[in-house]
This record gives sequence, C-alpha cells and structure tokens, in this order.
Amino acid sequence: MNTGQHLIEFRGVTKVYGERHASMQALRGIDLHIVEGEFVAIMGPSGSGKSTCMNILGCLDTPTSGTYLFRDVDVGQLTRNQRALLRRYYQGFVFQGYNLLNRTSAIENVELPLIYRGAPAHERHEQALRALNTVGLKGWESHTPGELSGGQQQRVAIARAIVTEPAVLLADEPTGNLDTARSREIMELLNSLNIKEGITIIMITHEPDMAAYAKRIIHFRDGLVETDEQNGRTK
Amino acid sequence: MLWKTILIALREIRRNVLRSFLTVLGIVIGVAAVITMVTIGGGATVQVRQQIASMGNNLLMMSPGKRLGPGQSTGSIPFKENDADAIAKEISSIAAVAPVSSQSIMAIFGNQNWTTQVTGTDNHFLKATNRSVKAGRQFSDSELRSGAAVCIIGETVRKKLFGGQGTLGEKIRLQKLSCDVIGLLEEKGQSTMGMDQDDLVVIPLSTFHRRISGNQDVGLIQISVQQGSSTEKAQSDIRRLMRERRHLSASDDDNFNVMDMKEITKMLTGTTQLLTALLSAVAAVSLLVGGIGIMNIMLVSVTERTREIGVRLAIGALENDVLTQFLVEAVVLSSLGGLVGIALATAASFVVARLMQVPYIFNPGINLLSFIFSAAIGVIFGFFPARRAARLDPIDALRHE
Repeated sequence: MNTGQHLIEFRGVTKVYGERHASMQALRGIDLHIVEGEFVAIMGPSGSGKSTCMNILGCLDTPTSGTYLFRDVDVGQLTRNQRALLRRYYQGFVFQGYNLLNRTSAIENVELPLIYRGAPAHERHEQALRALNTVGLKGWESHTPGELSGGQQQRVAIARAIVTEPAVLLADEPTGNLDTARSREIMELLNSLNIKEGITIIMITHEPDMAAYAKRIIHFRDGLVETDEQNGRTK
Repeated sequence: MLWKTILIALREIRRNVLRSFLTVLGIVIGVAAVITMVTIGGGATVQVRQQIASMGNNLLMMSPGKRLGPGQSTGSIPFKENDADAIAKEISSIAAVAPVSSQSIMAIFGNQNWTTQVTGTDNHFLKATNRSVKAGRQFSDSELRSGAAVCIIGETVRKKLFGGQGTLGEKIRLQKLSCDVIGLLEEKGQSTMGMDQDDLVVIPLSTFHRRISGNQDVGLIQISVQQGSSTEKAQSDIRRLMRERRHLSASDDDNFNVMDMKEITKMLTGTTQLLTALLSAVAAVSLLVGGIGIMNIMLVSVTERTREIGVRLAIGALENDVLTQFLVEAVVLSSLGGLVGIALATAASFVVARLMQVPYIFNPGINLLSFIFSAAIGVIFGFFPARRAARLDPIDALRHE
C-alpha cells in the first residue's frame, strides 16, 4: 500500500463547454491534491462543477486547460484508448443508478471488468466471489439485478468496482437512489473498504450525513473550490 | 477474449429470442430460397442429362429454322415426308428416320377426356425414339399408306381415358377423327422438364395430314444413327443433303438445324440453368433485404443499450472491445440465420424435389457459399451500428435514459 503518496493532482484545471457566446465555464481553475488512502467527499449545489470534476477525475473527460496528473502521468496527453486503459487498471466506478447489466447474474456483472483485463476464467470467478463476499453478498451470486433490492444492487456495483483492486474508487452519488438506512449501510461499507482495504475513495454527494463519513470534505461553488477541510467528526 | 465475446453475443441473442428470430428472418428466407432454387435447378439439370443419356447417344433431331440460342429458332420452311425418305435412302449410316408432326388435341373416350400430344409419324418413330409397343401391334403398311383411323397410345393417356378397363379395340375420338386403339406404348417413366413422355397418341402420318393438320408439313425429323457409326459424320452428311434439297446457295445460312444429343442436352439444360440463375438472383435480393433488417435491429439495439455501452466504456472497455462485441453479435446472428436457412432449404429442397419428381442432389458448394455469405452480411451490415456504439461518448452514454 502506498498510503500517503501522490495519487491525483489538479493544477489550474478549467473546463469550458460550448464555444464563444454559448459557452459555459464549468470549472474555473481547480487546484487539488489527493494522496493514496484518502476518503474524500465532494459536495456542492447543482451546477457547481462537481460532476464535471468527477468526469475529469475518471478520465471520461479532459480539461480545457490546466493539468491533471494521475500518479504523475499527465492524463491530458493520453489518447482515448490510453485513458480507457487507465480506467481499466487503476479506477473503479460506482454510479448513482447502479448501472448493472440487466438479466445478468451478480457474479457475471462483477466479472465484467476482469474480462476486459483478459483474466483467465477460474481467476475471474475466484476474484469476483471474493469481491461479492467483501460487500456482504455471499450467496447472492446467481441473482440478477431484477431480483435484488436497490441496496444490494449498489453492493454488486461496488464489488464490480473493487474487484480489480483499483488505485481509486470514484463514486458519483452512490446513495442518491437509496433510503437513509440503506444509504448508511453503503457508507459503512465504503468506510470499511477505505480503512481495511486501504482503497482511496472520492465520492460526490449532496447529503451532509453521507459526507460525514469521509475524512476530507471539499465544497464546490460556481466552478471553484469553496472550502477544503479535514473532517473532524469522522464517524 | 473472442470466445468470451461470442458467448456474450449468444447470451444476448438468447435474451431476446423472438426479436433475434424476426431480425434474421430475412436472412433465413434468403438463404433457404437461394439454396432451394439452386438445388432443384441442379436436380432438374441432372435429370435432363440422365434422360437424354438413357435415350442413347446415337440420336439426331432435325428441325426447320435457324438455331439462334438455347431453345430459340426462326420459323422457316417445314420439311416434307420425302425429306425423311431421302435421308433414309441417301445416308448409309442411318438406322431409322421418322418424320414427326404433332399437335395438342383433346382425346375423348366415353365421358372421359384428356388433352394430349397427337403425333403423326410412322413405325420408324418407335426405333428412332427408343420406344416399343408393349401390347397390341404397330401400324401396318396399308394403314400407313391409306391414312387409316388407328392409334397407339401412351400409358398416361390410357390411364386418364380408360382407367382399369381394357383398351385395345376401343375407339377414341380426336377432334373429328374416331380411331381404333391398336397398341399400347411401353412406359418411359420419368418426365423431362415437366413434360410427361408417356402423354401422347401416335397415329399414321398420312392420317395426321389428312384429318388433323390439313397440310403435308412435317414438323420434325427424328433420326437414329447405327451403333458404331459417327454421329458427327451423319450430321454433316444430313446437312449437305438437306442444303441440296432446299436449294441453298453456298452463301446462304442453313434454314434448318440438325442437333445431336449433346446439343439437345445443351439446349434443354441451358433453359433450366438460365431459369435457375434468374430465380436465384431474385432470392439473393431477399438476402440483401435481410442484411438491412439486421442493420436496423442492431441500430435499435445500440440505442437501447447506450447506458450499458457507457458502463462498459467506463470500466475499461476499449473502443475496439465494444466494436468487436457488436460486430460479433451481428455476425453470430446472421450466421445462425444462415444455418437455420440451410436447414430449412434442405427440408424444402427434399420436399420440392419429390413433388417435381426431380432427383434431390445435395450441393455442398452452394450451402457453404450461402453460409459464408450470410456471415459476411453480418460483418457488412453490423459494422455501421457497431462503430456507432464504439464511438459513443461515455459521459453521454452513461447519462442516456
């Protein structure tokens, strides 16, 4: 584990959508520094730029100007395929809407990223079982998303994200579709992944209750970082 | 990876069995139609060859008119009976020459009637066409000379008019001519090009001229060459003789033509093959339509699964992975369609061959070609939708509702 080492660095990152008069400046110059092992919550009202920031972090989008270094690699210089490979080997995604493949069993969903890595079948199966076990879904392997509750589906999605043992887990409002009790379970899970497995987690949320689980909370407003502070009241 | 992609594709197809089936229906029908056409056409061609071969390779057929192409000729001066006599007299290698005139006429017996081919000729006809009389007798010389009202009938005519009753000695009516049945022809069995060879009534040529056609024309001269003699030699001898008899100068083209079995085969199979090619081309159009059907459904599928594609791209699928996945799906789909089409074609060819009484001959070439072609359709028509899927922006794809 490389706890404490550089993982992510933003230097004056801006993002402009559209052109000239119709343009919209989503990020106005973000400086950010995240080290391995952190648990960061990004908060802010709609339109504050937090989703854009997340897309850039996840290499799904590139900055208009400024530099994004991921483990000292300049992501802005990478091709579309290289960024896909970076996602494949170093990042895991959890979405608000789970985004599991329908009519496909939990274990097959979890195996998906390993397929793209070209892992052999038995290894894939073993790792997927282990990941499902970690998220507390032992015994649910053959259930399809339709047969699982929202909370369980999100656990499958988390298993899918961590099965590759990524450097960072990017979660975009992971509790947005869940009730409070279920949300807390998911947050407890993320928290334990961060503590026990040492996985770096960056999470967007607009619920202060959920952000409270993080070690560090960053507030965005109008495309800028408003506040960036360690969370003293970590649960 | 490719094997896994194929498995994913198969799973995807199994998820939507009905939709997949409807998607490939065009391919299934196209492949089935093409293979069936070619198989039946091939069977018919082989059958024509077999029958002609069974007639012997020593037969010549002379018809008036210049030969133009398969089955085509210009109308021209008809032959006379003495042309046949001249050939028989002048050319030494000839075994039999029969002048033949025929017309389609309704034959009536009691309250039964049947439209058949009435052929006016003489006894040489039997030898020249490899036939024999199985019951009764041939024409007598006096009957031939006087134009007597007698006839020898083929098995099909006997069945249609008489059923199980006795036949010899009965009278049948051909237009105004009422004639005695004096003989029954041995069956030839199979039909040629849908023509039943046992569906005929033979009467003396003079009877035909006087009572049916009202002129002295001979439509066709059938010739058989002695075994062991060259048909080419006989052919050219006949040509020389006929040019002389028809007063053609050196610069004139023949206004008749003498065909040997090779040429008759070519003529008959040429027609079959042309027809087969034409029908197959029509069937091939439905393959194209089937391909467009696949493209259509794949495009719908890409739109439907936009989010899934977004997820795949987000968790590390390369453009190529997504491209391959959709391409493989299209190819697996169209190949399955091809296989179902082949199975269908095999069953259909078998049944149609039975119904048309042509031999069923499995043609591995066309089956393989159809399969490869259907897979190729998957590649061609699957590429555009697959590329569209691969080029999706993951952010937009993930946001897609």
